[in-house]
Parts: sequence; C-alpha cells; structure tokens
Amino acid sequence: MVNATLESKHQPQQQPQQQQEPSPDKAGARIDIEHVSHWFKLPNGVLQVLDDISLTVEPGEFVALLGPSGCGKSTLLRLVAGLEPATTGQISQNAEKITRPDPSRIVVFQDPTLYPWRKVWDNVALGLQARGLLKEQRQRVDDALALVGLSEFADAFPHQLSGGMAQRVALARALVNDPQLLVLDEPLGKLDSLTRLQMQSELVSLWQRNGFSALLVTHDVEEALFLANRVIVFSDRPARIRAEIKVDLPYPRHRGDPRLAELRHEALRHLGLDASW
Amino acid sequence: MTTSTTNDVLLRAHQAGLFDGVRASGIVGIWRTGLLAAATWLLLGLITLRWPNKEVGFSDWAFTDEFGYAAVAVAVLLTALAVAGDRAGRVAQLLRPAGQWLVAAPLLLGVWEILTAKLGVLPTPFFAPPQSLIEVYSEDWRRLGISTGYSLRLLVHGFAAGGLVGFLVGATIGWSRVAGYWVHPVLRFLGPVPASALLPLAFFFAPSSYAAAVFLIALATSFPVAVLTWSGVASVNKSYYDVARTLGASEWFLILRVAIPAALPQVFVGLFMGLGAAFSVLVTAEMMGVKAGLGWYLQWAQGWAAYSNMYAALIVMAILCSSLITLLFKVRDRALSWQKGTVKW
Repeated sequence: MVNATLESKHQPQQQPQQQQEPSPDKAGARIDIEHVSHWFKLPNGVLQVLDDISLTVEPGEFVALLGPSGCGKSTLLRLVAGLEPATTGQISQNAEKITRPDPSRIVVFQDPTLYPWRKVWDNVALGLQARGLLKEQRQRVDDALALVGLSEFADAFPHQLSGGMAQRVALARALVNDPQLLVLDEPLGKLDSLTRLQMQSELVSLWQRNGFSALLVTHDVEEALFLANRVIVFSDRPARIRAEIKVDLPYPRHRGDPRLAELRHEALRHLGLDASW
Repeated sequence: MTTSTTNDVLLRAHQAGLFDGVRASGIVGIWRTGLLAAATWLLLGLITLRWPNKEVGFSDWAFTDEFGYAAVAVAVLLTALAVAGDRAGRVAQLLRPAGQWLVAAPLLLGVWEILTAKLGVLPTPFFAPPQSLIEVYSEDWRRLGISTGYSLRLLVHGFAAGGLVGFLVGATIGWSRVAGYWVHPVLRFLGPVPASALLPLAFFFAPSSYAAAVFLIALATSFPVAVLTWSGVASVNKSYYDVARTLGASEWFLILRVAIPAALPQVFVGLFMGLGAAFSVLVTAEMMGVKAGLGWYLQWAQGWAAYSNMYAALIVMAILCSSLITLLFKVRDRALSWQKGTVKW
C-alpha cells in the first residue's frame, strides 16, 4: 500500500537535477564545511578523527558520505547537526555559523531511537511539542504520518512496530519539522535488505517532494549511488576526502543501470576494494 | 542491570499470584474440586461443633459454635456453586482457580482448631484457637479500626513525603553534576543508616512524636527512591537526549519529557523498596513512641497477655500491607503500560 502511493507520486517529478525545482517556501539549506579537523579526548591522549574536511552541500542537494566504518563520518554529522563543536574549522548553514542543534537540521540515526513510553503519534509530535507549536499544528503530525504510510499506527507503541516501520516513524518525526537539512546517519543500516531497498525509494521520493538538502552517511556503496547527487569517498581514520563522484543520473534510478555499475567500480577503487570485483 | 532484575522478580511474583500454578480444567459440568472443598469445610464445621473443647481452667472459648456454623455455611455455599457448574456465573469463575486452596485452608484451620481448642496441646494463652479471633474482631473492632486508621494515616504522610523528596533528590543528582558532587557523599554516608536507629534522636528533636514518626518513615522511604531515581536518570540512553536536542528541546523538556519518563521503571523499584522500609519503621515508631496505630495495639495486647488480640492485629496488618503493595503495583502497571506487550488498563 505504501509502495502504491509512493509510485504514483513519482510520476510528475522525474527531473534529473533536483535542486533546480524545490518548492519556494521549503528551500534546502546550503551547508559549508570549511577546513574542519576534529580530535577526541581519550584517557591517554587525543585521537584525530577528521583531517581538514572541506565540503559544500548546495541547497536541495543530496550528498552521501561513503567510507570504511569507524572512519569518522558519523562524527562529521554530529558536528553538522551542532551536537558538538568542531575542534578547528567552521561549519555554517546559509552563511551562518552552526553553534548548537537547531530544528532546521534534523538527524535520523541508525537506531530509530523512538521514545518507548510515547505512542507513535506522540513520538512524531515531539519536535513541535518541544518548540511549543503542537497546539496549533496538530494536523502536521497527521500529515507526516500519512507521508510515511503509518496513519493507522498512530496509537501503537514503538515496541509493536517492525524495524522498518520504526525507522519510518523516525523519518516522520524528522519531516514534521520541515527541516532545511536532513542529516541521515546510516538510517537504513539495521534494516533487512528488502525493507532497505523499499525505504531507499521512499527516501528519494520524500526528498524530491520536500526539497530539503540531505547529508547521508553510509557504508553501502549501492545505497550511496542510488540516492545521492554526489558521493564523497572518505579515507580511513583520520578521515580525509579521497574522492568525489558525481552521479549524473536522473531519478528515480534503476538499480540495473550500467552507469551505476561503472560508478560502483570507481567508488570501490577509491576504497581499495576493487580487486574483488 | 541488577535493579532491572529486581524489577522483573517483583513483577513476576506479582503476576504469578498465589494461584497461577493451578489452572481451572475447563468450566463445564460439575466442579469436582469445589465438591471436595465443600466436604473439607463440612468436616471442619463438624469437628468444631461436635468435638467438645478441652477445659483449660477458665470459661469455655466463646464463638465456638459460630465458627462451626460458619464453616458449615461455607460448605453449603461451595456445594451449591459446584453443582451449579457454569450457571454459577462470575463468582465461580473467580473461585475456580483457587480451588485447591479452598481444600487446603479448612484442613489447616482444622489442625489449628484441634491442637488448640480440642486437645490443648499448644499452651494457652500464647496459642489461641481460630474462634478467639472472631471474638476479638466482634468485641474490639472499634479499637482495631481506629488503630488501623492511625497507622494508615501515618504511613501515607511519611511515604508520600519520603517518596517525593527521594524522587526530587534522585532526579537532581542524576541531572546536575554540582548537585551530584555535594549530595552524593552525604547520601552514601547517611542513607544506609537504618531509620529506626535515629528513633530516640527524632523523638527528642521533633515537636511531636507523630512528626518524628513521619520524618523517620519519610527518611526510610526516600533513600531507596533517591538512589534508584538517580541511577534511572543517569542511565538514560544518551541518544534520547541527542534526538530531543536536534528537535529543539529546552533543558526542562529534556528533564521532564525525556529523563524522567525514561527513569520511571527504576523509580518504581525504588518506591517498592521504600514501601517495605516504611512498614518496618512504622511499626517500630508506633511501638516506641507514637501511642496509636497497629504497632501500639500489638504492644498493648502483649502487655495484657491478650494474645488473640495480637494475632488479630497481625492479620489486619498483613491485609493492610499487602493491599498497599497491590495498589502500588496497579499504579505502576498503569504508569508503565507502554512497557508491556499489550496495553492493559
């Protein structure tokens, strides 16, 4: 059922370059990451995780960060979200420095992290409630739940949902705030492979419809190429930008596209894994 | 980890109940266990009525006949329910799982009756037969009732105050580093001291013995509540905070809507432990200084060698304490309905 509604919404929007046609009131954010390096404090010294990262996300652009696990990609996301300050360098949103979390940049984590004591509806309502907007804007919660196809589960508790459903609730909880930037920290990493394929298509269609910018961390090469306008390949820790792959294919993409296979080979080569391919 | 295990144990003990092992074997036709139970109650009644009481040097045990007739009445009632089968309706449905207890109870009462009233094997006045309890309840119910009321009032005041203070202290030291630095050592040093050890001191300083008792009960309650609330707040999954912060939550929102709901299961474990401690301090305080309540009644009865009154008061106390624990479980089940597989009200 979810699939059917999403299919029908694919039709009118099959332009190759998404960032040229966002709806005017929901323009995506421009994110500038300038010479960011970051160290962790450990009991026995410091550990560098990011090394001089510079990167720009254009308004409405979908950028994927690809790299070996533990290389520091997720740390970069935390810095962009404003959960932690960068040790050196600067990150700004629409030319304004990011110093703390803000509801215009919402993070979706690998775990759905729904609050188990809140029903699905109340979980989605969290952002509006936190900002005191819930009373006037209850309709938006219903809309967000409808958007991810979970209206009937509004009164369920999180433990009654499957992994894929829980992650869709987490997406609804993010989207209800109309973010300018959606920060996706391996959001599909723990789902089974069939659900993952389905959710990738859903992500694309949500992004096309809402016009936000998206920054995705993943270590799934296919996923990065299927979703993003641009794929940034990171090195091992401390993470450095090793390559940038432009994915010049229209949406929705086809997994069997020979161009995707070429790009995949290129990405694996940058990761030093092309020998097995 | 350990605290959640405690929680589980409490929960299971609660859910298992007394009669869980005995499943009603289908509600059709005649209830055989019910008939057996009726027979044992009848036996109890006949023993009580027909077997003369042993002379123990004073006038005969009062209410012997009443006790016997009551047992026979139970037997008649059970026979009716057993024969009626599924037409007996809800009463039978409720009684069926307890069938084996309904058989065992009159047997135990019978042994008690024989050892005391009939044979006089157990020395009087320390051991009184069951009918003497009826005597106490029918003649001294007013004093027992007032004592129960006093105990309940004292307990409610002390437990409510202690629970509230413990919760606030626990939440504060769980949340604030500064508060943790100052309060934690005090809590560690003074918390484990049994509240009853402070009894003489409290009676000396407090304006009234009632106030002293409230203070001590509150103290006994607040320690476990504070420790478990604190550990609950401190162990909240950090990503719950990250999510709320990126969604624009203020610090108060994080405390009230994230930390406290997440800590609530632990808080309830603390409340259970606190309630147990409160019972024990309550009785001690009533025996030592507060001239009212069930603790006082116990001591008063012992002073007059009125042992039947003591047993009667102990039974009232058992009912009171277990009812309060059950009530707390009900509140918990409601507050934490999200925890379970099914929502149940």
